[in-house]
This record gives sequence, structure tokens and C-alpha cells, in this order.
Amino acid sequence: MKTFKIGGVHPAENKLSATSPIREAGLPKQAVFSMCQHIGAPAKPVVKRGDVVKVGTLLGEAGGFVSAPIYSSVSGKVSKVDVALDASGTRRPAVFIDVEGDEWEENIDRSPDLVKLADRPELDSKAIIEKIKNAGIVGMGGATFPCHVKLSPPPGSKADCVIINAVECEPYLTADHRLMLEHPDEILVGVDLIMKAVDVTKGYIGIENNKPDAIALMKEKAQAYPNIEIIPLKVKYPQGGEKQLIDAVVNRQVPAPPAIPINVGAIVQNVGTAFAIYQAVMKNKPLIDRVITVTGKSVKQPSNLLARLGTPFQQLVDECGGLPEDTGKIIGGGPMMGKALLNLEVPMTKGSSGLLIMNEKEARRSEPSPCIRCAKCVSACPMGLEPYLLSTLSDLQDWEKVEANDVTSCIECGSCQFTCPSNRPLLDMIRVGKTTVMGIIRNRSAKK
Amino acid sequence: MNVILIAVIVLGLIGLIAAVVLFIISHKFAVHEDPRIGEVSAVLPQANCGGCGYPGCSGFAVACVNAADEGSLEGKLCPVGGQPVMEKVASILGMAVEASAPKVAVVRCNGTCEFRPRIAAFDGALSCRVQNMTGLGETACGYGCLGCGDCIRACKFDAIHMNQETGLPEVDEEKCTACGACSKACPRGIIEIRLKGPKNRRVVVLCNNKDKGAIANRACKASCIGCGKCVTVCKFEAIHVENNLAYINPEACKLCRKCEEVCPKQAIHAINFPPRKPKPVVDSPDKANTDAVSTKEPANETKSQVAVEQPVAALSSNSQSSNQQP
Repeated sequence: MKTFKIGGVHPAENKLSATSPIREAGLPKQAVFSMCQHIGAPAKPVVKRGDVVKVGTLLGEAGGFVSAPIYSSVSGKVSKVDVALDASGTRRPAVFIDVEGDEWEENIDRSPDLVKLADRPELDSKAIIEKIKNAGIVGMGGATFPCHVKLSPPPGSKADCVIINAVECEPYLTADHRLMLEHPDEILVGVDLIMKAVDVTKGYIGIENNKPDAIALMKEKAQAYPNIEIIPLKVKYPQGGEKQLIDAVVNRQVPAPPAIPINVGAIVQNVGTAFAIYQAVMKNKPLIDRVITVTGKSVKQPSNLLARLGTPFQQLVDECGGLPEDTGKIIGGGPMMGKALLNLEVPMTKGSSGLLIMNEKEARRSEPSPCIRCAKCVSACPMGLEPYLLSTLSDLQDWEKVEANDVTSCIECGSCQFTCPSNRPLLDMIRVGKTTVMGIIRNRSAKK
Repeated sequence: MNVILIAVIVLGLIGLIAAVVLFIISHKFAVHEDPRIGEVSAVLPQANCGGCGYPGCSGFAVACVNAADEGSLEGKLCPVGGQPVMEKVASILGMAVEASAPKVAVVRCNGTCEFRPRIAAFDGALSCRVQNMTGLGETACGYGCLGCGDCIRACKFDAIHMNQETGLPEVDEEKCTACGACSKACPRGIIEIRLKGPKNRRVVVLCNNKDKGAIANRACKASCIGCGKCVTVCKFEAIHVENNLAYINPEACKLCRKCEEVCPKQAIHAINFPPRKPKPVVDSPDKANTDAVSTKEPANETKSQVAVEQPVAALSSNSQSSNQQP
């Protein structure tokens, strides 16, 4: 069975919510829409205090090419345009809406009927990308890179295949898994749309083989699409990394940055993104909700919720049986790459794939002890880096050497820290080095 | 016997040839160094702290000699040696040196554990740089001291120490050489290298919070809220408020301490002054101010108490109240 070649680890899967069907979360009383739900320039708010909005009303327009518009996911009144804490612990401009009723914009098609690409022959590549851009769709796997940018390759490069990331290699998370089981047809139309948008004839959907039911179902449904192939993959973290997935599925290696996947002719999109693209193009529905896994060993009902963006996490936790008493840490995302949240009032954003509640025992980090030079981190690193070295160099603030040792290739997957027998905070330090080096590189190119 | 003789002659010859080669090479490829560089180096403290902005003391010596050749020692200062060392350097180079006022590192944060309740616990690597990447850090103030001690590790003179009670670093003014290593190490730029002031007395805003008043006020009881009262009261135009934060220009400040009196949050501190004599006249406005602060205090106190017991619940109550504020 296929998988990527270098490094990787296999953490305990703990897919507690794999069998619980997606259910709709209730409407919040107040929804908060951060204007920075994507990588790139923040959106510019276009509403003001007192404005009445419906579901699907534009709240913020894109602040540049690498940016995405923000739509309201609720109906009600704008109570203020201010700053709010986001999941990364920073205060960002945000629109606050007091929810009243549930009125939708009229142009959104809310019927469950499946619309296939063949039913809409007028859609060409340009129209599809335009719709995706206007719907504010970003990478739903968690990286939140604006989708239309990836689908508009720079001149001179041409993709020859589209790879759909349905790997969901993070432990605990099951949102993509459930989405595939419950909306396989929509996803396949979404993949078809992506392939049409970038004008390629080959699509792959990579699924790890710990989801045999999803693989079987997708294989059966994909028979109607001769160009789309389902690729079962061996379970290994971080297979959902873009470069790892390309390596696993089509056996191509993306060189070190600034090279990007399009340089090897591949475009990778998350399965959730494919679903959102289907809804945006065929149903005219901007990105206003997503599936999020609320899980944890102490959670009463680990669930997959279809929740509106802007809903405070507190409400999602309440719908799954409330916050357990022994909570030690709440993580936005999965346990490997997710970030611990400052509080539960933080609203859900486009990139919220999961909410993991850890009890005190699980959350406690072990005391770090000195490096014993076992090189486990080196063999675990999926990018072939030397994490122990990068971490030490970052600690010594020797930025030149940190850069020379390819810190910019680091995908921050955390495999090194996971595997370290001395519990050293390797990724913590490497991240400092990476951020600083990226800053130095930006300054350098700005001077030129 | 013969063997020994041959060995001695051969080794002797090799030695002789090598000596001649070394002599020629050392003359031919001699690097001419200005003798003044060595002399200047000798009077420098050899702390190699980099506080002067050059790589080590020898680097500074080279820079001084080059600057002297260009005509002025302006802008060259060894913060460790201070004025006496610079005078020696100047006399070696035959230059005049301008008088420079001594400086000291000032930690511009008074967010002690008491004033600034913790709203979260950070358990990553013990480094301010790492903690700073989490956004706010452990408290609601995104500008205040993180308390992991990067500045302490950066100090080569053992002049800055953590006060365990307040959780803030404290500068030992006797030992501090104002080399600026701590200032560079601080990821939030809290430590300022500031003029020591006459008799070591200075008036400083001990806050770095650039948030709007309401947010800063909720985050810390000792924060500057940018109200501008100090600007109004200052007769010497030494204070200005930028980004909701007051800054006292040490060169213009005449140490009248009026600003300290009017600051409603006691964010302005007069350092190294003798204790004030009680003044019955100023009592009433002072009281009014403290009252205004104390009305806000109970809410904060309950928050900090809950924070100890159950961090998450405390957090939610905290930001709920922030949402309701217009």
C-alpha cells in the first residue's frame, strides 16, 4: 500500500467520533466573525453597527488577491465592529452579530438535490474560479490558504493532476471521514469542478486505510467518474501534509521552498474544500458553515457537528455534553498540529476542523531532559531535517545556520517532538527559528 | 655515535631551513595592524557583550580607530566602561570625547501577579520567544512581561534578576552597564535603555500596553490607558501619548512628578526619589482617583480568584464581559 517515503510516526488514532453522524449545531445568540480567517491580507469589514444582515450577506470583502471575503452565517443585527480574540490568541478586527431568526439570502439554493457538472454546461474554468473566489472558500484542512489562489497557477506552470486530501491523519478528527460517508456524491462533483477549473483530466482521492467504509463507498460512487481514482493509503502521520500526500499518491517530490506543489504538476485540495466548492458553485452558497469534530476522552458525546462559522466554541462543547470538570487543555484542531485555546469564547472560523478536550493528565507535558543523541527525531522528520540541530540553533539564535539547515522546509507537524524520548520541546524552538528566518528572508527580498 | 650525529645534523638543517622560510614568509605576508587598535583594545573592559553594536571589544577598537581617522568619535560609546573608558580611548587617539550621560535598563512593565491575573497556563518551552508566539501569553495583556527570563539569560553582568513575588525581572542598577543585551532579548521590547537621570532619579511610565484603554484596563490594574492626563499636566511637553501609551521623554523631563500624581492607574513611577512628605492639599483629587479605580477592582478580583480554581471558566466570563462593552 502506498505511503510517503521519509519519516513519519503513528500516534494512537483515537477516532472516538467516527460512528456518530453529522448533526446540525444550534444557532448561537451572538456570532463573531474574525476578519482574519485565512492566510493573507485580512478582509475589510463592509458593514457597520446597526446593519441588518441575513445568512449569506457579505460582511467583509477580500483585502487583496491572497485574501478571502467573509459572509454572515446568521441573520440578525450587527452589534459592533471591533476587535476580538481569535484562536491564535491575538486580537483581530471582527464583526459581532446579535442573532435574530434564521433568514437566508434568496439566491442560495437550500434544496438537497444533487446538481452534476453535466447539468451546468455553461460553467467554464474562469466562471468556476470566480465563484470560488467570491464564496470566500479557503483550504478547509486547517491551513486556510485562499482556494482561488491555488487554482490560478502562476503563468508557465501547469498542473496535470488534482489530489484530494481525504487522509485525515490527525488523531481524533473524523469530520472529513463523516463528510465522505454522508455526502460522497457532492464531494465527487466538487472534485470534478476543481478538475474542470484547472483543466486537468486526472483526479485522485487519497484516503488512509483506517477508514475502510469511506474507501468502499467512495470507490463505489466513483465508478461513475472514470477520471477520479480512489487511492487507499497506509496509515502514517503526517500523510495529510501537502508534500507528503503528493509523494504518497503520485510519487513526486516537491523540492525545498520556494518550490510549491504546482512545480511538480500537482494541486492538492482538502475533501472539505471540495464539498464547499460544490456548494458554492452549484448551490450559490458561500462558505458559512463547516463540519467540526468535538471530541476528547472525557467528552460525554464525541460528535461531528455541522456548525455555522462564528459560533463560540462554548456552545459546541455544550451540545456535546458540556465541558468535563477535569479539563486541562482545549485544543483547536487535532492533537498534533492544533493550538491550545485561551478560552471557549473564541469563535469558530473557516479553518476549525476540530475541538479536542484533554483532561489534566493527558494535557500535562512531561519534564524535558537533556538530548541523548538518539536521532529518533531525525528519522521521524518527514521533511528529512535534523530537528535536534534546528532546535539548538534556534535556542542559540544563530539564525544564519538555522536558515542554512532548511528550517523553512519544516511543516511544523510535530513528529519530532512526539517521538522524542527526552520530551524536549523541539518544535517550540524550531517554530521560533522558522518565524524569525521567514522574517529575515522577507526583509531581504523587500530590500532588493 | 655516527647515527646520533647524522640525526642531529639532519634535524638541525631542517630546523634552519624552516626558520628561514618562516622568517621570509612572516615578513612578506605580514598584516600591518594599526598599533592604536591594540592600545585601544587594552583599555576596553573585554566583556565582549556587544553593547556598543560591534562584534566584541576588538571590533569596537577597530571601529574607534577608523572613526578617529575620519575625524570624530561621535556615536561611539562603550556602555560597560562608560565615560572613563571613552576618555582613555579618546586620549590614545588624540581626540576629544563628548560627555555622555550614563544609562540604565528599565523594565517597562509593572504587571505583577497581583495586578495582572493569569488567564491561562503556558506549559511549552521556558522561553519568552516561544511564549510570545502564542499571542497573549498567560495574561490578558499582549504587551507585558512574559516572565520566562530571556533577559536574565542574556545579561552577561548578572545585573537582572527575577523577583519571584512579582514575577517580573528587576534591574540591579549598580551592576547594569546598559549594554542593551536584555533589551534585544525581550521579544516584546519591554526593556528600555534609558538615561539614568540626575542622582539616578527618573520618572518612567512602567507600562508597554498599546491596547485601547478599556482592554488595557481589564488586562492589568497597573496599565497605562492612554487617558492623557499626564500630557495635560506636564509643563515641559515631555510626555506624549502614542498608540494609547504615554511616553516620558527623559531629556525633556524635569522630574517635577506632577504626572505621577495625576495618573489614575499609577502607571507612572518616580524611581529613586526620597519618600514624599504628606501633602494635605493634594489629598482630595488623589482620593477621587483611587476611588474611581477601586470601583472597578471587585470585578477583577473575583476574576482572579476564579482563575486560580478553574482557568477555562474564568476565561469565558472574562471575555463575555468584554463582548458586552460597547
